[in-house]
Amino acid sequence: MEFAFTEEQEMIRDTTAAFLAEVSDSAAVRRAMDTEQGYEPELWNRICSEMYWQAIHVPEAYGGMGLGYVELVAMMEQMGRSLLCAPFLSTVCLAGNALRVAGSESQQAHWLAQLCQGTVTATLAFNGGSSRWDAESITATWRREGDGYLLNGDYRYVIDGHTADLLIVAARAEGATGAEGVSLFLLPATTDGVSRQWLPTMDQARKQAAVQLKNVSLPADAVMGEPGQAWKSLSTVIDLASIALAAEQVGGCQQLLDMTVAYTSERVQFNRTIASYQAVKHKAADMMLKVEVARSAIYYAACVAQEALEGGPLSAELSEAASVAKSYCSDAYFAVAGDALQLFGGVGFTWEYDVHLYLKRAKSSEHLLGNGVFHRERLACMLLDEGGDS
Amino acid sequence: MKLSFSAEDEQFRQEIANWLQVNLTGEFEKLRFRGGPGDEHTFPEQRKVWEQKLAEGGWTCVGWSKEYGGRGCSIEQQVIFFEEYARAGAPGRVGHIGEGLAGPTLIAFGTDEQKKKYLPGIVAGTELWCQGYSEPSAGSDLANVKTKARFDEAQNKWIINGQKVWTSLAHESNYCFVIARTDLDSVAHKGLGFFLIKMDQPGVEVRPIEQITGTSEFNEVFFDEAQCDADDIVGAPGEGWKVAMGLLGFERGVSTLGQQMQFQNELDEVIRVAKNNGAAKDPAIRQRLARAHSELKIMRYNSMRILSGQSGSDGGLQKEALIYKLFWSTWHRSLGELAMDVLGPECEILEDAPYSLSRLQSMYLFVRADTIYGGTNQIQRNIIAERGLGMPKEPKGVAK
Repeated sequence: MEFAFTEEQEMIRDTTAAFLAEVSDSAAVRRAMDTEQGYEPELWNRICSEMYWQAIHVPEAYGGMGLGYVELVAMMEQMGRSLLCAPFLSTVCLAGNALRVAGSESQQAHWLAQLCQGTVTATLAFNGGSSRWDAESITATWRREGDGYLLNGDYRYVIDGHTADLLIVAARAEGATGAEGVSLFLLPATTDGVSRQWLPTMDQARKQAAVQLKNVSLPADAVMGEPGQAWKSLSTVIDLASIALAAEQVGGCQQLLDMTVAYTSERVQFNRTIASYQAVKHKAADMMLKVEVARSAIYYAACVAQEALEGGPLSAELSEAASVAKSYCSDAYFAVAGDALQLFGGVGFTWEYDVHLYLKRAKSSEHLLGNGVFHRERLACMLLDEGGDS
Repeated sequence: MKLSFSAEDEQFRQEIANWLQVNLTGEFEKLRFRGGPGDEHTFPEQRKVWEQKLAEGGWTCVGWSKEYGGRGCSIEQQVIFFEEYARAGAPGRVGHIGEGLAGPTLIAFGTDEQKKKYLPGIVAGTELWCQGYSEPSAGSDLANVKTKARFDEAQNKWIINGQKVWTSLAHESNYCFVIARTDLDSVAHKGLGFFLIKMDQPGVEVRPIEQITGTSEFNEVFFDEAQCDADDIVGAPGEGWKVAMGLLGFERGVSTLGQQMQFQNELDEVIRVAKNNGAAKDPAIRQRLARAHSELKIMRYNSMRILSGQSGSDGGLQKEALIYKLFWSTWHRSLGELAMDVLGPECEILEDAPYSLSRLQSMYLFVRADTIYGGTNQIQRNIIAERGLGMPKEPKGVAK
């Protein structure tokens, strides 16, 4: 048992942090978030050609770096700190994982290679507009048409859905309910019948879109895995992405804590820095507790995610580890952001200071892929109900 | 990062599990799940015998090096030992203060003579220890110790006068380690000594404190011209604070994982009740049970980080270790409240008059101590802010 980063993992974390300090400061984030696209293509090109982050956990056979989920999580933590505006969560953590988990050999060989080359961005769409990010949230439908498939339906909250080159979409067989009849399809965004609309969001640093499919015809080889049997794979993908997102949340928490300690250590009232008051120190201590506890949750979840991708003995814990991490980190991030704003006082309420960017990110990532209440109910089903493992 | 245990470690797990299965039987059967915090008053005599039974099997002081009579277990094996011990429901250890605190302090700071004199009794489970730190005027302000130690040249002995309070297991112990003021003009953490005092002597009186639970595991200890030998001081006179603080480092060790297994046993019982009485269908209770479950899981991961990690660059505790006490004490207190809310109005009904509490009732009341002893939550927050975040130290009041 060695529950700490290796030297190599520390190096990856530090290299990530150093690069982000250079390219993703407050000014860069604000430039990117003011655009509809939500990221600067030059920066994404640099990431893909110089840093190779998009290939981090893709096997070498498909042109990736062949590193693990612990490395991915270490990087996500740093991206969360700097609010990096890039299609990383969508391309790597959502679509990339979907290809890894559900894609056939040839689908992986074709698409992962392009993702790794940085020539294609991608995302995953499944939720038709529900606060429950489970099988019930899939409202789009598919049916067979000749050798291929015909898809119809709507998706909301699709991360980078308006800019991604490739959409991986979930749909259910017409008339099916729950986890039944769910299929995953590979859908190039330019396919006839696909319309996409940017949804302006409070958290401007991460872009969401609505996607509508109207009589979209897909060839037989567009389906991933057995038609109608994809919920289990999709559930695994959502768990993996939730763990990556939770790591991003931890990075945001840490940044808020550091900003708060720095600010309160400079701000003087009643002839003392406000950091010297117990009312402030105790709130900061509570923030640090949440940050460290959240970090423990994601490091464990990262190890489980790695085993899930490799088929190791901890694979069976994936859903639980994902829900433990996502519920704790979601609540922690918003609480820490709220405390940070309170301790910054009036300036924390301004557009000029960065606190609001994190407060808004905390809320958007809390709800993305299921909030604390959703994931705790999921855990409660595993814990309290007979045969309740989702 | 790697989470799995080696084949050798798994074999070790089998060894301790088997030993407990064979030995935690017969006269010891009734000790299962007894004697933990809040339940320390139960079966004291039988638990002392159990301590010696453990020693016979070589299962005391498993983390100590073999040089001092320990088992020389790796961190992983210690983790396994505490997990299996708690899983089997083996009783709360009456020897834990000697094994976890007094012994490691002597190993780190004691003379060869002191080690020879005191360590074997701890390993054998025959000599029990208690901790004499807190005083009526030295609670959170632990350095404000008033107990005095003066050296009597004629008798070649230290003479101790004063009062300690909240001394767990004092009435069962053979020895007490005591911090007392050697320099009577000194204040705060200067001028203290760290003494090893025999409890069975005319100058020592133990009075139990009746607690919120109606039971007593804490005591007051009065020293009235109590004595110890000239060489029963650890470190030099004036170095007592350094020794005492070194000891605090030993309090956050691998045994936290055993404590968590006990928490797991309690949570399992709460869940059992919830399933039986229907509370497990209540959405609000479901949220709270799921939260308790997740945070206990994370508590374990946090301990694994503490055990796997290095100390901070300044030699201090890592951040995940600094928050640990505040985290578990607050979690445990919430579990007590959750247990009562799961029971509903039935939580009020006693097992028997005059005040016989069920395990969950006793837990619910006793956990109120968790956020107070060993550094209150407020003191913990000061420590986290000052040592973990580098925020300014609390200003001290002026002594009157």
